[in-house]
Amino acid sequence: MEQIFFFYFAFVIAATSVLVVAMRNPVYSALALLIMFFHVAGLYVTLHAEFLAAVQIIVYAGAILVLYLFVVMLLNLKQDDRYHRQWPMAAAVGVTLFVEAIILTVMKGWTAPLAATGTETTIGEAGNTEAIGDVLYSTYLFPFEVASLILLVAMIGAIVLAKKDLGEPTES
Amino acid sequence: MTVPLFYYLVLSGIVFLTGVMGVLLRRNIIIILLSVELMLNATNINFVAFSQYFHDVAGQVFVFFALTVAAAEVAVGLAIIVALYRAKSTINVDEFQLLKW
Repeated sequence: MEQIFFFYFAFVIAATSVLVVAMRNPVYSALALLIMFFHVAGLYVTLHAEFLAAVQIIVYAGAILVLYLFVVMLLNLKQDDRYHRQWPMAAAVGVTLFVEAIILTVMKGWTAPLAATGTETTIGEAGNTEAIGDVLYSTYLFPFEVASLILLVAMIGAIVLAKKDLGEPTES
Repeated sequence: MTVPLFYYLVLSGIVFLTGVMGVLLRRNIIIILLSVELMLNATNINFVAFSQYFHDVAGQVFVFFALTVAAAEVAVGLAIIVALYRAKSTINVDEFQLLKW
């Protein structure tokens, strides 16, 4: 049962991620990415990460993707040719990475990694959100504060970059 | 866990490779940013799969941080795109050859 769900989600995720790259119209690409985000959220639910599934839908599908669509429609793009002329280079990189992955999996085989050391927090007894909150606000408190600083910097940077002409009087 | 960890790694690898191809191949700068989102999602799938495998919730916390970075990247990146479009009235990356205008 779990495998059926996994293969469904995996198939849709792989197909829509290819569509994101291959679509000619940026709006279609963004919508394919939206479908992919929803299925990644479904994959998180099957992995018992319910809080992350909710955050994935709210932040990725709700905020980030809407921002993308907003900019795509703001810029009023005309459709131009899609691909670089440097596609042989890209194909070389892709084939190299692919062969490397295959060689690594064949050579190393699949050995189960060691179980984590005793510091882990068990999932599921107190609920996923509570477990994440426990770890986030104790062990990872400093990275959490740094993350808020990153968001502040990004907000100020976006405002400064998108402002029309900073400091000079507008003449147009 | 009935689905082996290996399957998640293969799925994540496929999505990541698709994102790399998108960054290398496409000329539309918005599609390039969308491909970067694909790569971030591939790493997030990895994090959550390992978190479930090791029964350690720290992996999900890292997904949380990756999400923060993705949000910041989108805000700054789209602001840069809007500024570039104002200056050159195109978003084709082949046209952006100078660091000044």
